[in-house]
Amino acid sequence: MIDRDQVLHVARLARLELTEDELERMAGELSTILEHVERMNELQLEGVEPTSHVVELENVLRTDEPRPSWPREKILEPSPDPDEGAFRVPSPQA
Amino acid sequence: MTELLELTAGQALERIRAGELSSDEYFDAYAEAVVSDELGAYLWRAEPGSANGAEGGPLSGAPIAVKDLFCTEGIQTTAGSRILEGYRPPYTATAVRRLAKAGARVLGKTNMDEFAMGSSNENSGYGPVRNPWDPGRVPGGSSGGSAAAVAGRLAPWAIGTDTGGSIRQPASLCGVVGMKPTYGAISRYGMVAFASSLDQCGPLTRDVTDAAILLRAMEGRDPCDSTSVGIDGGVELPSRTDLKGLRFGVPRELSADAEGIEAGVTEVFGRMLGLIGDLGGEVDECELPHSRHGISAYYVLAPAEASANLARYDGVRYGLRAGPSGEVEGGLGDGVAPAETALVSMYERTRALGFGPEVKRRIMLGTYALSSGYYEAYYGRAQRVRTKIAEDFATAFERFDYLVTPTSPTVAFKLGARAENPLAMYMSDYCTVPMPLAGLPAISIPAGLTAPDGGGPQLPVGLQIASPAFMESGLLDVAYALEGAIGFDAKPRGDM
Repeated sequence: MIDRDQVLHVARLARLELTEDELERMAGELSTILEHVERMNELQLEGVEPTSHVVELENVLRTDEPRPSWPREKILEPSPDPDEGAFRVPSPQA
Repeated sequence: MTELLELTAGQALERIRAGELSSDEYFDAYAEAVVSDELGAYLWRAEPGSANGAEGGPLSGAPIAVKDLFCTEGIQTTAGSRILEGYRPPYTATAVRRLAKAGARVLGKTNMDEFAMGSSNENSGYGPVRNPWDPGRVPGGSSGGSAAAVAGRLAPWAIGTDTGGSIRQPASLCGVVGMKPTYGAISRYGMVAFASSLDQCGPLTRDVTDAAILLRAMEGRDPCDSTSVGIDGGVELPSRTDLKGLRFGVPRELSADAEGIEAGVTEVFGRMLGLIGDLGGEVDECELPHSRHGISAYYVLAPAEASANLARYDGVRYGLRAGPSGEVEGGLGDGVAPAETALVSMYERTRALGFGPEVKRRIMLGTYALSSGYYEAYYGRAQRVRTKIAEDFATAFERFDYLVTPTSPTVAFKLGARAENPLAMYMSDYCTVPMPLAGLPAISIPAGLTAPDGGGPQLPVGLQIASPAFMESGLLDVAYALEGAIGFDAKPRGDM
């Protein structure tokens, strides 16, 4: 139902490198799960509103008051490669 | 000392208040007990003699175990994942802060399925947790460490999180009380996000009173989580001893007709229905016709939300970062399908190294369900099924005050029994998934012991009780009355 090429495409969307073994296994496992999920197709759902959130809430507001944000050092502290007060990453061009 | 560990937290707090027990003595009794943690329940433990919070307040310095999904300032928080190994958050989750404010002290951070994805705790990046009733069996998941710690006398009580059953199912398999409050009852701020429209924090305890004490300390609106609303009127400590005048519905789809339900579980559940009648409650069958599709809807919605939430693990701001290349053995990046840039290649390799197999599976499933051309067929459809499931509950609650089901279709299964079959593992959540889809609260209490299908040791069975939204006080009252009548006093084997 979902083949190796589709798995590779989705892995790319998900920014996830897979090994050749994982690609094969994932294709089989995802197909089994999706087959089960597709039991939903037997339901008549036309005109049914989708639910994205279960508690009825509307426009949760707060007063717009300035407050201190996190100190830069504290946020950079757990970073794998902090540099000159910023997060350093490999080149997005290279 | 051993006697101290047998007390419920509520009993110990009474002794502390009466001056018969010091809070440090109580804390250290547990801090020493967890030094040898043969169940693998903990990922971090406080040192004996290390008080780490206020002693005043209603929780009087009592120790508490906290699932490693909650951020704790300065204390490693991994969410069970190698991608967060060594991560020390700059802040503490609101639920934990509220407990500390009420006087509780963190005893340890408990093991869990990676990012709360799993029903057996075998998906932890740091090794499995063992069930104190039989170390060859799983404790359930994803809050498996919290449940095993409470059952195995390695914590008086604990907190966990429940997305599709992650508090109630392990509570059932370990013979303790576990409660998932209404969505919005407790702040999710500082809880590592899995599926944000479903995740909810809750207590795992030795008895119903302890669950009420913890819920009371944690619930409430939090400006840092705009979906939190708290419980109107607060939480009353339970006191009810009968069920007169209350109507209990038994959804056929989640009891007798539940997929894969074991004979022993059906038998214990049948006894519970008799007991409800003995206490004066009315019992009748009811229907939740769409709950049959709960697993299908859940395993689209939860992975879809997870695939977005877990995008933040990119090797930039915190956690693991993979080196330049070659670390992912047999990876496709270098050969078959090289990434377009060095940055994207770093993302792909970091996530390949840091995530375990189940997390990868869910990210893939969720990304597929949200991808162009499939969105409506999977995600849109699942959201509509969610509406139908919520409507089914609303209809049932017109006739009934509470609904009762077995918590899990089976007792604790053997380590490895479902590890190779993702779908079989997902079916462990069959009876617990519909409630979070509808946002409703539910509690699991120990109902008795039975042998698994095919024979084996006597293992705990949980009874699940669900109520309409924000009716936690009533739910706790009913659970308390049943707990008294059940008189569950069996203990896990002590020869670990």
